[in-house]
Amino acid sequence: MTTPAHRRSYGVKGAPYAFLLPATILFCLFFALPIGYALWLSFRKVHVSGLGLGSGARQEVWAGFQNYTAALTDDELLGGALHVLGYGCIVVPVMLGLALLFALMLDADKVRLAPFTRLAIFLPYAIPGVVAALLWGFLYLPDVSPFYFVLAKLGLPQPDLLDGGPLYLALSNIAVWGGTGFNMIVIYTALQAIPAEVYEAAELDGATPLQIALRIKIPMVAPSLVLTFFFSIIATLQVYNEPTTLKPLTNSLPTTWSPLMKVYQDAFGKGDIYAAAAEATLIAFVTLVLSFGFLRAANRRNKQEAAR
Amino acid sequence: MPNTKRRRLVATTVAVALGATALAACGSSGDTGEAASGPVSLTYWTWTPGMDKVVDLWNKGQGKKEQITVTVKKQASGDSLITKILTAHKAKQAPDLVQAEYQALPTLVSNDALADISKNVGDAKNEFADGVWQQTTLGTDAVYAIPQDIGPMMFYYRQDLFKKYGLTVPTTWDQFAETARKLKKASPDTDLTTFSANDSGLFAGLAQQAGAKWWTASGNKWKVGINDAASQKVAKFWGGLVKEGVIDNQPMYTPAWNKALDTGKQIAWVSAVWAPGTLTTAAPDTKGKWAMAPLPQWSAGENVTGSWGGSSTAVTTDSKHQAAAAEFAAWLNTDKDALNALAKESGIYPASKAAQTSGAFLTPPDYFANQADFYTQAAKIAETTAPSAWGPNVNVAYASFNDAFGAAAKNKSDFAAALDSMQDETVADLKKQGFGVAQ
Repeated sequence: MTTPAHRRSYGVKGAPYAFLLPATILFCLFFALPIGYALWLSFRKVHVSGLGLGSGARQEVWAGFQNYTAALTDDELLGGALHVLGYGCIVVPVMLGLALLFALMLDADKVRLAPFTRLAIFLPYAIPGVVAALLWGFLYLPDVSPFYFVLAKLGLPQPDLLDGGPLYLALSNIAVWGGTGFNMIVIYTALQAIPAEVYEAAELDGATPLQIALRIKIPMVAPSLVLTFFFSIIATLQVYNEPTTLKPLTNSLPTTWSPLMKVYQDAFGKGDIYAAAAEATLIAFVTLVLSFGFLRAANRRNKQEAAR
Repeated sequence: MPNTKRRRLVATTVAVALGATALAACGSSGDTGEAASGPVSLTYWTWTPGMDKVVDLWNKGQGKKEQITVTVKKQASGDSLITKILTAHKAKQAPDLVQAEYQALPTLVSNDALADISKNVGDAKNEFADGVWQQTTLGTDAVYAIPQDIGPMMFYYRQDLFKKYGLTVPTTWDQFAETARKLKKASPDTDLTTFSANDSGLFAGLAQQAGAKWWTASGNKWKVGINDAASQKVAKFWGGLVKEGVIDNQPMYTPAWNKALDTGKQIAWVSAVWAPGTLTTAAPDTKGKWAMAPLPQWSAGENVTGSWGGSSTAVTTDSKHQAAAAEFAAWLNTDKDALNALAKESGIYPASKAAQTSGAFLTPPDYFANQADFYTQAAKIAETTAPSAWGPNVNVAYASFNDAFGAAAKNKSDFAAALDSMQDETVADLKKQGFGVAQ
């Protein structure tokens, strides 16, 4: 709230700061402060003396890097990272590949029912992740799934989708089903922005639709592909909804399957918010390094190509 | 407790609501009237459905006379509420009254979140069985909570299918194993029951029945006995049945489990007194075909059961009106009208001995209309509940149970090893926090 008196005294110079103020305050209050607090917690731990009953038996003390060394040597956290790596190796290529394919097909010249198809592919994205996971979870359970009913009637093998390797496919399937539509829209929008003259020139040069797609469309939407890849990496590292929702349905998903599940379990299952804060900081750091590392690498390549 | 799916949904909704509660709590910190004089308003965190209606009885009756008004704030059940209470307590903003499961009381007490209300509860102790009351005192002279509901364990089975397959109701665990084998032979697609790794309370109750003492305090140290001989016996027994393939190893509370119960693919369930509620939703088509019997025993002639679930009402140290809060907690769990309303509105099985055989418990639950003496038997079984031994990090042990036994059940591997890893994780956590631990 700047009063008229304020405005006069700071004059025009102060105006930008006044405009920035609400955003800065909100940023500090709801972003910087909680992150700072989490960082602070990650260097603390609780110390109990004796039986720990009665008042004053429990104190918060300085822990130094203890929580971090514990997190870095924790089998569950490292195991979770490997789970996510395997999951990401399936989700990211399949989801982006399908998104690109659908976008190119929708962008082709002779497409019927394009608006309907676009909506149909996009629709799963509008379904909340937890609902999607529940829905698929029911379809994966042999005893209640219509798929297994049909497989049994046809005498075909009925794989257990909630165990071992197929579990990765089952989880990836939910993410791909939900995420392809969004990525397709991003790529499709970029395709629509390509000027028509470019296609005209290509056609005059005798390029087939396939050549146009491979040599013109894909290179020209490369920035969108980079963007969707960037989003997908972050989403993969933060996978939580799907495994958490499927967990009660099977013995194969431990409570610490993904790194974020481990953070949740430590904070709310075991009540150790200090360890959870350290793990969360590590995950944020790795996410930052991976995603921005990828962005920089992609930018460097773009610049090299532009220079050529 | 019974329905984890609903519990999870509630948890999500409540997580959202929590933000609002926290803000509201900040606003209400101004009301600091004297405990004895003037109107008092108390906040009560509970997950019991219909509790607002029971509290209304207080607010319109005794509470109105004494100018003590209680407001119910509906919460998620189980561990997530504990975390929430501890977080609020850190900010000195915990509500006056909280609902807490018995096994969570040591955790709350060790965080100095619960007030000693021994001076304010009068002779409430006489209303409860000793084993139940002892859980709220943690073996000290203090009283940290008033028992509300209990979950004595029982054996539930399909009467019609037991007859069809020529099975008799097992009275010992050896007979239970034999029954499972006999059924597998008679009908290979049918299982007697499943060993589920997704509710640690069940295994804890079974170990309790066998005489396990998971946490005991000696001097200034905790002794953890999660892999003591009694628990080992229970773990090996169930691990053996899973390995043999005579019972299922899939988790409970899934759509598949519901279907198995409803279609007679699983024909028995080791559960607790609240099972009728769960069965009503899980297996609606088999209503009237089930019967309840005492839990099988480790040696013939014994008569012991464990408990699975159950909770209490506690007063927090942050409350500025601890005496008033304690008075309400005692009323809620010992007053005849309050207990009747709790049974009717919330469907709980009361810890109060007098209430177990009166009012709503004179007739069997709807689902068990065929067993007229359901609650008479239940009250008898409740009396045989073995003493429990909870410690300050039950949450860690339970979390470890889910993963260790989940993997063991899946791989049909050694359950005793899973028990050892549960013990190791629990001890390691105690040591990490600095508790005194006896080897």
